Amino acid sequence: MAQTSVAVEFTQVVKRFGQVVVLHPLDLTIGKGELVTLLGPSGCGKTTLLRLIAGLELPSEGKIRIDGRDVTGMSANQRDVSLVFQSYALFPHMSVLDNVCYGLTASGVKKPQAVEMARAKMELLGIADLGDRLSSQLSGGQQQRVAVARSLVLEPAVLMFDEPLSNLDAKLRRKVRQDIRDLQQSLNLTVVYVTHDQEEALAVSDRIVVMEKGRIAAMGNPHELYEAPATRFIADFIGDANLINGDLVQVAGQHFFRAAGVDVPVLPPKGMADGPVALAIRPHRIRLGELAGSVLPGQVLRQAYLGSRMESLVATPLGELLVFSDALLSVAGVGEQVGVHFAPGDARVTGR
Amino acid sequence: MNNSINTRISPATHADPYGWLLTAVAVVVAVLVMPWTSASLTIGLACLAVGIGSWFAARAGAFKNDATIAGVVCVVSLLLLVFVAYPIGRMLLAAFIDQNGNWVASHAFERFFNADVWGTGCITGSVRCGVAINSMTLAILAGGLSTLFGFALALLAERGAHRNKVWLRVLSILPVVTPPFVIGLAIIILFGRTGIATQLFSEWFGVPRSRWIYGLPGVLLAQTISFTPLAFLLIGGALRLVSPTLEEAGQVLRGTPWHVFRTVTWPLVRPAIANAFLLGFVESLADFANPLVLSGNFEVLSTKIFFAIAGAQQDASRAAILALTLLLLTVGVFALQQKWLGNASYTSVGGKGDNGVPAPLPKGVKWGAIALVTPWVLLTVIAYGVILVGGFVKDIGRFDLTPTLAHFGTGFGFNFDGGLHLTGSAWDSLFTTLGVAAVAAPLTTAFGVLAGYVVSRHVFVGRRGFEFLTMVNFAVPGTVLGVAYIVAFNVPPLEFTGSFAIIVLCLTFRNMPVGVRSTVASLSQLDRSLDEASATLRASTSRTFIKVVLPLLRPAIIASTVFGFTHAITAVSAVIFLATARHNLATVYIAGRVDAGEYALAIAYSSVLIVIMLCCVLMIQRLVGSADLGRRSAVGT
Repeated sequence: MAQTSVAVEFTQVVKRFGQVVVLHPLDLTIGKGELVTLLGPSGCGKTTLLRLIAGLELPSEGKIRIDGRDVTGMSANQRDVSLVFQSYALFPHMSVLDNVCYGLTASGVKKPQAVEMARAKMELLGIADLGDRLSSQLSGGQQQRVAVARSLVLEPAVLMFDEPLSNLDAKLRRKVRQDIRDLQQSLNLTVVYVTHDQEEALAVSDRIVVMEKGRIAAMGNPHELYEAPATRFIADFIGDANLINGDLVQVAGQHFFRAAGVDVPVLPPKGMADGPVALAIRPHRIRLGELAGSVLPGQVLRQAYLGSRMESLVATPLGELLVFSDALLSVAGVGEQVGVHFAPGDARVTGR
Repeated sequence: MNNSINTRISPATHADPYGWLLTAVAVVVAVLVMPWTSASLTIGLACLAVGIGSWFAARAGAFKNDATIAGVVCVVSLLLLVFVAYPIGRMLLAAFIDQNGNWVASHAFERFFNADVWGTGCITGSVRCGVAINSMTLAILAGGLSTLFGFALALLAERGAHRNKVWLRVLSILPVVTPPFVIGLAIIILFGRTGIATQLFSEWFGVPRSRWIYGLPGVLLAQTISFTPLAFLLIGGALRLVSPTLEEAGQVLRGTPWHVFRTVTWPLVRPAIANAFLLGFVESLADFANPLVLSGNFEVLSTKIFFAIAGAQQDASRAAILALTLLLLTVGVFALQQKWLGNASYTSVGGKGDNGVPAPLPKGVKWGAIALVTPWVLLTVIAYGVILVGGFVKDIGRFDLTPTLAHFGTGFGFNFDGGLHLTGSAWDSLFTTLGVAAVAAPLTTAFGVLAGYVVSRHVFVGRRGFEFLTMVNFAVPGTVLGVAYIVAFNVPPLEFTGSFAIIVLCLTFRNMPVGVRSTVASLSQLDRSLDEASATLRASTSRTFIKVVLPLLRPAIIASTVFGFTHAITAVSAVIFLATARHNLATVYIAGRVDAGEYALAIAYSSVLIVIMLCCVLMIQRLVGSADLGRRSAVGT
């Protein structure tokens, strides 16, 4: 078993349920110590991919390697991975301590030693004094920490989380996602994280794998994906974006985005051909100001005060644009004429 | 605008047509069902008085001013007191009355605790054991075996490779449409002294013929075959509720299939298994038909009670004592069940869809289950095969398989000279039985639904007592009830026996708990806000009940009616005392044929009953379909 820096490797993995292809031929590599997030809308195959790593499903085609070993045919209990379920799946008839010890005793570790190891991890997660309680006597946050402790105590090669924040209330989510990230970094764990919430993905990941309809749509670190989305889908899915269809044209060596009779200077990605494209502009990259020198003229249709920002819907020749501005520096009110400013580098050109 | 403020409708003054509707229906039904005797007149007048009294009480403030609830609770309570509490109470008293009609307290004591009932001589010596000991031994064995087979079936049906819905449908219908005596007869025909299997074993293997089935072995065999479907339904239902995600979690935590089964699945299903055992135990105690046919010298309480009244002794007091013993045993077990298992349920009825895949059974468990299930299935299939075939052949007991319709002719013969003449001997009892069932089933449902609604949606003084009265019949074995009715209604002040009505009433109140329970269960799924919305829209309780609740209770109503109908047809232990020459019942007639050795006719009649019940059950299910109304999904989204 070679010492590799690759924790999980998928080679041309396909998964079918009957006639339905849920995962098209897929290649993926996850390095050790990385926190990789599988992100996508419902039905994109991210949970299936997670279950393939866990061994709860077996691939129809292709190979899976974990820590250098070929585990394609192995069942879940033989793999060195751990999964924290969305519903936590704590055993209701066992105490917290017994829950945490479960994997150890199942692997043959003697009870006293198992208890010691369990207590150490429970200490780490701040649930040391909950050992005798039943899961029905715990709050949602506590239940989750028990589920994490239960998986962590086995010191798996890969630790997986299936939508861990979905059962928590909004206030708790930020804290818990930070706790997970801190834990991962301090213990240098390899974590595969599944979520449909792009803000969560951006906040915790080293790398995001965006999935759509059983394929990998894009991969990259949060910064890349947000600032330079390669496709319209990514631009739309990650963060808010104004998307406008038009054509990429060149006039005197300079690139312009042409739509509705308006030309907007843009910096397209290298090698992009002229023709039908989409333009993606982030709402907070647009500045509302004077009409003079603006890229587009506009009229404010609606405004909403959100405390941290002012959201405006501005009608322009290119369509209605969503604009985020600082709430205190409001330039124009509803119905007023305003100039829409953004730099060529702020707008991304992607395929239709 | 027409609706000006000045013409606002005041809730207190508008008429309640639905309340009057309910009352009118009740009166009409009562008049049609009850015979015109002094007893029923008394009861009728009492109900009227109570009804009127409750109306005044409601106006004065009782029952939160709700006249409908007041009326329903008071009248139903009265009827329950008269037809449930009074007979049982009277029977309890009868235990204390000796031969000369004198009230002797010690009489009961010495009768109660004598060796005839409680002796354990058979364990140490060769003296026969007491009846109660016999009954309990049989019950423990029958409960244990049926639970074992039911568990094996449930494992294969819910976790096996071929999870089949067919299993479920067949096994859930079987106990409902099987008349009594059927299994017992099949066993005699197969394993009796001149039985088919006995002959085969004697010819092929030289096993000597004997009467081994007459006694504990035969009854135990019959009961195991009969009660396993019940255990299967109970345990299967619980298994289905064990979240597959828990088993997946166990797998991911390095558990082998056997480890996961032992540490996760089994503990979660344990309460249901205990429940199934207790159910089998109680069913065995109350079972009458199988011991009647197969127990031989092995006396059990239910048959001994019967012979105390119907046999040469004719000692109602003795019967009462035995009935009391049996009642205490069953009530004791029910109380035990409530205390230990009442709320021990780890089942997760979660909101989030559970898309986990249940773990496959560990190899050892799977093969063990198959090994257990195969003989049970074989035996059951052969037994039912014997029944279905037996009516159509000359003499299945002697393996004479010449087809004939002679048996059907004896029972159901008819000719057409000068109009339709029904010459068969069984027509009378069949018509009476169908008539009784047709009247009792709707009554069961009506009372059950009313009582269930009142108990689960409204709070009033004495609710616990009312609830207890409605459910008491669950714990009372049929024989006990039959004896109680004889004792109470044979003599003034309420002389009823020998009438059609008394049979109907006995069955109605006997089966009422099922209507109550299914109504309460259905209502617990219905959001209370529906009732509240109706009330804020100025609807009276009766209007809410008829227009809002009743339509959403369709599943409960159907279940209750089907159950009431089939149970009325297959009842024997409660009504065997109440049937007369004029009002004979199918099961009693069959019992008579079995007693006289006319097995073929008994089988033919039983097949007819099975077909009738199957048709009714399937027809109702098809007509009404999956009445899956009233769930949250129907509201709002």
